[in-house]
Amino acid sequence: MSELVQVYLPMFLVFAVGAAIVAVFWLGGHYLGPKNPNPEKLQPYECGNDSDGARGVRMSVKFYLTAILFVVFDIEAVFIYPWAVLFKGLGWTGFLTMLAFIAALLVALAYCWKKGALEWES
Amino acid sequence: MTNDPWLRALLEGAAVVTALMTAVAWITWLERKIAGRIQSRLGPTMVGPFGLLQPLADAVKSMQKESIVPRDADALLFWLAPPLTLALALGTAAVIPFSPGLLASDVDIGVLYALALSGLLSFPIWIAGWASNNKYSLLGGMRMVAQGISYEIPMVLSALVPVVLAGTLSMGGVVRHQAEHGWFVVSAPGVGFVAFLVFLLTALAEGNRIPFDIPEAESELVAGPTTEYTAIQWSLFAAAEYAHSLLASAIAATLFLGGWDGPVLPPAVWMVLKTGALFLLITWLRWSLLRLRSDQLMSLCWKLLVPLTLLLLLGAGTWVTLAT
Amino acid sequence: MAVSGSVASTGAGPRTRAPVPDPHLDLERYEADADLMTLSLGPQHPSTHGVFRVVLYLDGETIVKAVPHAGYLHRGVEKLCEKLSYSNVVPILDKNDYVAPMLNEQAACMAFERLMGVEVPIRARWLRTLLAELQRIASHLLALGTFAIDLGGALGGGTSVFMYCFRERELILDLFEELTGCRFHYNTHCIGGNRHDVPPGWPELVRAALATIEARFDAYLAMLEHPIFADRTRGVGTIDAGLALELGLSGPNLRASGVDHDLRRDAPYHVYDLLEVRVATDSGGDCWSRYKVRVDEIRESLRLVRLLLDDLPAGPLSSTKPLGVVSQFKATTGQVYVGIESPRGELGTWVIADARKATSPYRMKLRPPSLHAVAAIPYVLPGHTLSDAIAILGSLDPIMGEVDR
Repeated sequence: MSELVQVYLPMFLVFAVGAAIVAVFWLGGHYLGPKNPNPEKLQPYECGNDSDGARGVRMSVKFYLTAILFVVFDIEAVFIYPWAVLFKGLGWTGFLTMLAFIAALLVALAYCWKKGALEWES
Repeated sequence: MTNDPWLRALLEGAAVVTALMTAVAWITWLERKIAGRIQSRLGPTMVGPFGLLQPLADAVKSMQKESIVPRDADALLFWLAPPLTLALALGTAAVIPFSPGLLASDVDIGVLYALALSGLLSFPIWIAGWASNNKYSLLGGMRMVAQGISYEIPMVLSALVPVVLAGTLSMGGVVRHQAEHGWFVVSAPGVGFVAFLVFLLTALAEGNRIPFDIPEAESELVAGPTTEYTAIQWSLFAAAEYAHSLLASAIAATLFLGGWDGPVLPPAVWMVLKTGALFLLITWLRWSLLRLRSDQLMSLCWKLLVPLTLLLLLGAGTWVTLAT
Repeated sequence: MAVSGSVASTGAGPRTRAPVPDPHLDLERYEADADLMTLSLGPQHPSTHGVFRVVLYLDGETIVKAVPHAGYLHRGVEKLCEKLSYSNVVPILDKNDYVAPMLNEQAACMAFERLMGVEVPIRARWLRTLLAELQRIASHLLALGTFAIDLGGALGGGTSVFMYCFRERELILDLFEELTGCRFHYNTHCIGGNRHDVPPGWPELVRAALATIEARFDAYLAMLEHPIFADRTRGVGTIDAGLALELGLSGPNLRASGVDHDLRRDAPYHVYDLLEVRVATDSGGDCWSRYKVRVDEIRESLRLVRLLLDDLPAGPLSSTKPLGVVSQFKATTGQVYVGIESPRGELGTWVIADARKATSPYRMKLRPPSLHAVAAIPYVLPGHTLSDAIAILGSLDPIMGEVDR
């Protein structure tokens, strides 16, 4: 067995065992629980009123804006990871590079802030 | 232990997950006891001595209840969301070093793996909210995604501080470095400690805990994404939430509090003690604080924590560069 | 029409009639051109303080329009009263404001007494004041607790404060049980006085309970008043004095808007004229101010109860026989309005009597303060988020039993 498998296999096995345990509960619920559906019971909950469901609901654009901001900043954060690991060998050059990178990030954040993208309620 | 690597891996995986599930079951008991004491009541007392068998009773009870899939729900996604949530939460356990020897997988991207799974966790919850086809669930799911992905950024950045200080992404490596050079929460003056606090805060937010339990917000959204869930389906969500809190405590203990490192007592005991202490802290906060509002939550993240963690990172960089 | 009673509602405070825009008018326009999500908050919702429904029109999480629908708890109490004899009306009114039943009884009894010209002995009036103040403490404690639970959720710090508040409220209910035998629907007031005299040792129990409450109160207020609480309540749900008066708000909700009006001081009844009631006001008009006013009122009530306990006068407890036949109380034609300061504001009772149907009211009209608090919802909610809506609803402290009657 190669070293890669030896390192990653337990990780998947943890998943597999976790999934197995979850499956036991899930199936237990499936076989032990009663099944008596009726139309009233299957209604979507809306505080006791008839509900037209949530399919047609359009969510506020703020949520999508947050998602875009996340993509931007999280990818930047991932860029920092290799640097962080190798940092000790890079010395001041590495530090200054990252200083520039993070400064750029901060400027981007300041721009978003000024543009009002960070205002959740507007 | 056996020499067959496959069997060994399987045994380790099984041991870690089983231990975790057992821990999850009994921290629900612990939390209920603590909450009871905080609120000047007793908590569970009836099932077993001190109510210790309450988690078992709860599990059996919730399996015996009817799992309802609402009429207009997306049945497949609706069924899939709770097991997926719990499986993802449990998966994080693979990279937690419980002692120098007991670590399912000392993979060299351990920190990244743990954070990735932790970040993924908001998506099955969003799936639950969307599949329920219920306005409260949908709102809760949207809040969960917005909150989960926003707090992912300061979480990732604050977890980078120990990575910079230790120079490795392996969880075992981070702990070994701390065992040699001192815990990060105290070393690197200020930086480590603030990063630890930020990490804890973001872990609370990712784990959907008070004061950040905005997606669930019982008093507003009834039960948020889990509104339509019943029986074992709901219990899986609850278990996932506890597992997530517990693992977040374990990760925080690993990254900042030196993991299994400690005098006199065996390493595994230290790890359990530290994780337990952090979990108690989370529980204590939960039962004494109120909930923030979503806009306050977002401002806290984007206007304070993100810039702060970026600066922390620079601070850690300066510290390391000066030290070498 | 001759009004034989005193109209107590014209108290102090400026009656500025600034035009208040009708929220519904402005919102018809909005609904047409935007994708709004309609969310029914209630009747089966954890935070509507009873069965109450608000339909929210949400843009994202911001409320654009809020339409309250009351009536889920309508029991036809006013109509029922017309069928009951005067002495039988009193106990069923307990169920109106079920958080402060003492005050309901007192309001009805005072109205009937004034209608029939029945004198109430000083000891009964004294005891009524005492009970009213104790009930005010209990009611405000419940309001505080549920407000905390609205802000902090059923699984969090909110519940902790809620449990503390209920623990202390329980002490007062114990006192009431000691006195009347009931914890909730007491039926201890009757026309002409009170039914249950103070049992031996009761004043000491009251003092002990007050001491316990006072000792614990500050501790959990300190727990509640941390920055998150301030962030969630300050500037949220602001009702200015003009709007408050226009809507007919009363009690803590009105005083939080800076209008210094309290019937206990401005139109004294019972023995309030012998006491100096320090009226708590706040100028913010927001959730924080309403919370603050209630807290101050609890403190004031604690003080008043102590004062009242010190010299409870001797004498008869009732000027009428405790239990007579149905025709014991008969009214002549006339009408009377009595307003008293319930924990939620001016609790008004308007009784019209007809000599041809002398043993029961011809018409009874109640003015529940919570109804007016609920009326503020369409004016206050728009512009706030869903989370704030819950906070505002909690801070207005409506009791649906008396809104719907």
